[in-house]
This record gives sequence, structure tokens and C-alpha cells, in this order.
Amino acid sequence: MDIVVCIKRVPATDSAIKIAADGKSIDPAGVQFELNAYDEFALEQALRTKEQLGAGTVTVVTVGSKDAQKELRDCLARGADKAVLLTTDQWMYDGTNTAEALAAWIKTVPCNLVFCGRQAVDSDNNQLPANLATRLGFACVTEVAKLTLDGGVFTAERDIEGAREVVTCKTPAVISCNKGLNEPRYANLKGIMAAKKKPLEEAAAQLPAAGMEIVSLALPPARPAGRIVGQGVDAVPALIDALRNEAKAI
Amino acid sequence: MSNIVVIAEVRGGQLKRPSLEAVTAALQLAAGTGGKVVAVACGEGLDAACADLAKSGAQQVIAIEGAAFANYSGDAWAKAIAEQAKGVSANAVLMAHTAMGKDLLPRVAALLDASVTTDVVAVAFEGGAFTAQKPVFAGKAILTAKSSKPVFCATLRPNNFAAASGGSGAEVTKVAAPAGDLLSVVKEIVSSSSGRTPLQEAKVVVAGGRGLKEADNFKLVEDLAAAFGTGVAAVGASRAVVDAGWRPHREQVGQTGKVVAPQLYIAIGISGAIQHLAGMRTARTIVAINKDPDAPIFKVADYGIVGDAFEVVPALTKAIAEIASH
Ligand SMILES: Cc1cc2nc3c(=O)[nH]c(=O)nc-3n(C[C@H](O)[C@H](O)[C@H](O)COP(=O)(O)OP(=O)(O)OC[C@H]3O[C@@H](n4cnc5c(N)ncnc54)[C@H](O)[C@@H]3O)c2cc1C
Ligand SMILES: Nc1ncnc2c1ncn2[C@@H]1O[C@H](COP(=O)(O)O)[C@@H](O)[C@H]1O
Repeated sequence: MDIVVCIKRVPATDSAIKIAADGKSIDPAGVQFELNAYDEFALEQALRTKEQLGAGTVTVVTVGSKDAQKELRDCLARGADKAVLLTTDQWMYDGTNTAEALAAWIKTVPCNLVFCGRQAVDSDNNQLPANLATRLGFACVTEVAKLTLDGGVFTAERDIEGAREVVTCKTPAVISCNKGLNEPRYANLKGIMAAKKKPLEEAAAQLPAAGMEIVSLALPPARPAGRIVGQGVDAVPALIDALRNEAKAI
Repeated sequence: MSNIVVIAEVRGGQLKRPSLEAVTAALQLAAGTGGKVVAVACGEGLDAACADLAKSGAQQVIAIEGAAFANYSGDAWAKAIAEQAKGVSANAVLMAHTAMGKDLLPRVAALLDASVTTDVVAVAFEGGAFTAQKPVFAGKAILTAKSSKPVFCATLRPNNFAAASGGSGAEVTKVAAPAGDLLSVVKEIVSSSSGRTPLQEAKVVVAGGRGLKEADNFKLVEDLAAAFGTGVAAVGASRAVVDAGWRPHREQVGQTGKVVAPQLYIAIGISGAIQHLAGMRTARTIVAINKDPDAPIFKVADYGIVGDAFEVVPALTKAIAEIASH
């Protein structure tokens, strides 16, 4: 199996977000970046699939800035064989052109399985894997929380509202990974040393115009200040009164 | 013609409420484009759902129906829907941002070479272009973007638009579900909540955190949720208690869990970490019960009680049960 893992470098989840002067992007000053949390599950699943089959390759790819070399190296240190950086200076917020760029590249390499994260926690799109799969003509299951591979057919489980779906899926496929699928491994010293010798290729991303053009990026309206209605059990009647008569929530 | 397609979600023969919310958004866009709203449903046994759609305000209903579509298949359904969208010259395709919507709409968009925006909280048709607003960076910012493609696709955050009603009875057209190769297909749906209200559909979410000390004490949270009456409230959890194995991941609220926007969110023994707030800050009313007056959750809460959950929650449960029974 030739496996591709799509990863993204994103602001750490506890970052404070400030809007840049252009009103269309974030001010990166003071923001820590990291590997998108869900992409760790995607990489881990790729490594486990290769281990299960006893053969194959794991290539990590991102469409992003040169800074993403750091996250790609981390993936190599965890066990990926090869990394590819499709470079752009833009913030990749649009699922459509990101999918187009990734599909164009995937078509040029041997690939019959793609793992993605469920969602990139910057644009919070949750759309790229299904979009990419359709462009590649691959099968796809999204938000997978459990996965088994038997005889070239996947059985995947995913949570839907109030229930769990069991889905069968042929290969070639794109699988998007949710939390709970596996426990990602971290890089050890040996892996970090080995990663230095592994290939990290760079090429300019073939990036069409975005399907959505940014008009503005703004902070959300602040919630009106709330209030402490009281201390301890004695405050319950005041809370009930506020919920009934003020908020009309009960 | 600038027609707007709404992909309706039908489960167990029932039209899901967020689909009616999508009709509301579609009607709003159609008022701008001068087109009509066409609802498209896929599956088997769609009569009841189509009857509801026909009364929703949509001007036309298309049911792609048959045994081949008895179970959800993202690839096969997307193809059939994209064909219908082309057939009615749709300029926009909307669906609710549900597990199915997130899986299906990006495929339809790819087939239509459309733009796609997900988890949308507002849409507009202005100056000849579709615009959409969506939270990004876990709700820490709001992105407004304009479609630069001939077709615009969007999934809409549930509980954010009113459910459409009051249409005069649209015509329902049936199309046979095409049989063909299914690349992926749902084999089985296992209920995981034994009849409980799904988290993202609940009007009220009662969520507990590490302040509850141990798994068994979640009974306090469950009792409070139950006090609201059948089908009203769902139980949520912070990541700390999910990681501790007290609650399943499907109950986790937050950046790496579920985003909920209920009418009422009650956070019990939850500190209010930025990643938790990402999942609930757009709830209409937020209540926090925490023994630490400096807990960050009080910064977003409309109403707070500083106190011990073990004392406050049973009293609150009693008071809510009394109201619910009247
Ligand atoms: C990448 C990443 C993603 C994350 N995603 C999520 C996510 O999706 N959702 C999420 O929730 N978290 C998420 N987190 C974790 C988050 O940072 C917090 O660690 C977590 O939300 C804390 O859970 P908690 O509030 O239950 O626990 P704590 O922070 O330990 O808070 C417990 C609270 O209970 C109060 N308390 C204690 N005893 C009582 C009592 N008797 N009565 C009343 N109050 C009491 C305390 O004052 C305290 O405020 C994420 C973290 C990372 C790094
Ligand atoms: N710029 C990118 N480069 C490579 N993979 C990406 C990129 N953006 C998103 N992905 C992949 O698609 C998944 C879902 O992202 P999204 O649909 O943008 O929320 C992510 O978890 C990644 O696996």
C-alpha cells in the first residue's frame, strides 16, 4: 500500500487570536504553531496500516509555508518514510483550492490510500477529505473512530447524531481520522536521528484561486457580561428566577 | 435561474429538524437571487419526510428514492444529488452541518466544481455574489467570505436558523435511485445513546467536568438533564473527564469534541479552558456552577453560582423538575 498522509501546521489550540492590520488574516506574532491534533491520528493510522501489511510507504504532504518543514520533520521522526512540502505563502483556508492542489500532486505519485485528520483546527473546515476523495475518484469515510482493514476492504465506525455508523469502504480510499481512533506515538531519539536522513522534498504548490475569497476576519462579538447570582445552594431560587423571567430559557 | 437546492437529511423515515433550518437559509438567499428553493431527499420510504418538506416553504421537492439508496453511500448519493442540482440549474446547495452534511456536501461541491464553506452561521446574496460567515480558530474569530465560483455550497450550523414552516404545499417529484457501484456504504447503525437526545440537537446541554471528582458522580449531571423532561436535555462532558474514561468521547464538548449551540448550557465543575469554550460559547444562555469564583467559565457565563456542585446541583434538579412537571 502506498499511503499519503495530509497534514497541516496550525496555531496551537490555546493560542490567543489577534487580527492583522489587513483585517483578513491573523497576526502571527506570539502564536505557537503545531501539527494539527487530528493529523496525529492520521499519521499513526498510516504507520499502523503499513505495519499490519508488512510493506508499503508512508509519505506525508502539506500545502503550506516553508515553516511547515518542522511539522513534516516531526512526522518523519515518528516513522513516515518521506515528506513533501507543496509551498505557498498563503494561509490555506479554502477547502476547494487545497483539495485541487493536493489532488493534482497525488495523481503524480503512487498512492492508493490517503489518511487525513477530521478537521484542521485553524479554518475548522471539515471538508477537505471528502472533497479530495471525490476529485481522485477514491472511496471515502470521514470522522472515523474505529478502523479495520481486511482483504483490501475497510470497515470503519463513525459517530453520527445519537448513534454509530458502521461503514464498509473499498480501496483506493481517503479516510479522515477522529479522536479515539488510536493513541499516536511520539518521536524518540532514534526516530529524530533517522529523520535527518529521510527525504523532504519541496515544490511550489499548483494552487488555483480560492473558491471563497476572504472579505473579512474579525473577532466574534463579545458576550454581554454575565453575573454571579449568588453563593451555594441558597442561590438556586435566584438562578431559576433569572432563567425563567430574564433569559426565558426554561 | 438562480435556484437554491437544500439537501434534506432523512433518518428512519423522519426529516431531521436542521434540514428545515437549511430551508430557512435557502429561502433567504432565494429572495435575493429571485430563484426558487428545491429540496432534495435521498433514501427509501421518503413519503412522510417529503410531505413535511412540501409544507416547509420550498417550492419544489425531489425524492431520489429506491432500494439502491436504502443505506447512505456518500459517493453514490453525491453523484445523484449533483445531477439533480445541475438539472434545476442550482447556483447554491445548502445542507445542515451534521455528520451526514459534513460528509456529503463537500463531495457534491467537488462534482459541481463549486466553492464550499462549512459550519456557516450566516449567509447572504449581495452584489451578485454569495457570502457566508463561519467561525474559525475554534470560534476565536469569524471569517466572512465571498464565493468566486458559479456554484456556492454551504453546510449550516444547527440551532442557528429558525426551522422553516408554513409553505403552501410544493409538488413532489420522484426519481428512481440509480443502482451502481457503491465505493462506501453504511452497513449498520448502532444506537449509542439508548433513546437519549443527541448532544447537538438538544435544547439544553448539562455538562460536567473534573469538579465532579469521579465517574459515578455524573449521576448528578444525568439527573439534572432528566429533570427537564424527555427529549429536552443531553449530557456533555469536558475533555478532562473523557480522557479519564468517565464519559465516552461522543459526549465531549469543545474544540476536539462537539460544538453545541443549545438554548441553555449548564457547566458543572468545568473550569472553562479555551478549548472547552470553543464548543459552547455560542449557546444562547450559559450557566456555570463552580466552587472557584475565579474560574474562567464565569467570564462567558450569563449566570453563575459559586458553590459546591454536590450541594447546588441536587437543589437545582429539584427546582427544574418542579417546573417541568407543571
Ligand atoms: C489540543 C487540545 C484540545 C483540547 N480539546 C478540548 C475539548 O474539546 N474540550 C475540552 O473540554 N477540553 C479540551 N482540552 C482540554 C482543556 O485544555 C482542559 O484541560 C479541560 O477542558 C479541563 O477540563 P475540566 O474543566 O473538567 O477540568 P479542570 O480544568 O480541572 O476544572 C475542574 C473545575 O471544577 C471545579 N470544581 C472542583 N470541585 C468542585 C465542586 N465540588 N463543585 C463545583 N466545582 C468544582 C474547579 O474549581 C475547576 O474549575 C484540549 C486541550 C488540548 C491541548
Ligand atoms: N493545507 C493542507 N495541506 C495538507 N493537508 C491538509 C491541508 N488542509 C487540510 N488538510 C487535511 O485535511 C484535513 C481536514 O482539513 P479541513 O477540511 O481543512 O478542516 C486535515 O486534518 C488535514 O489532514
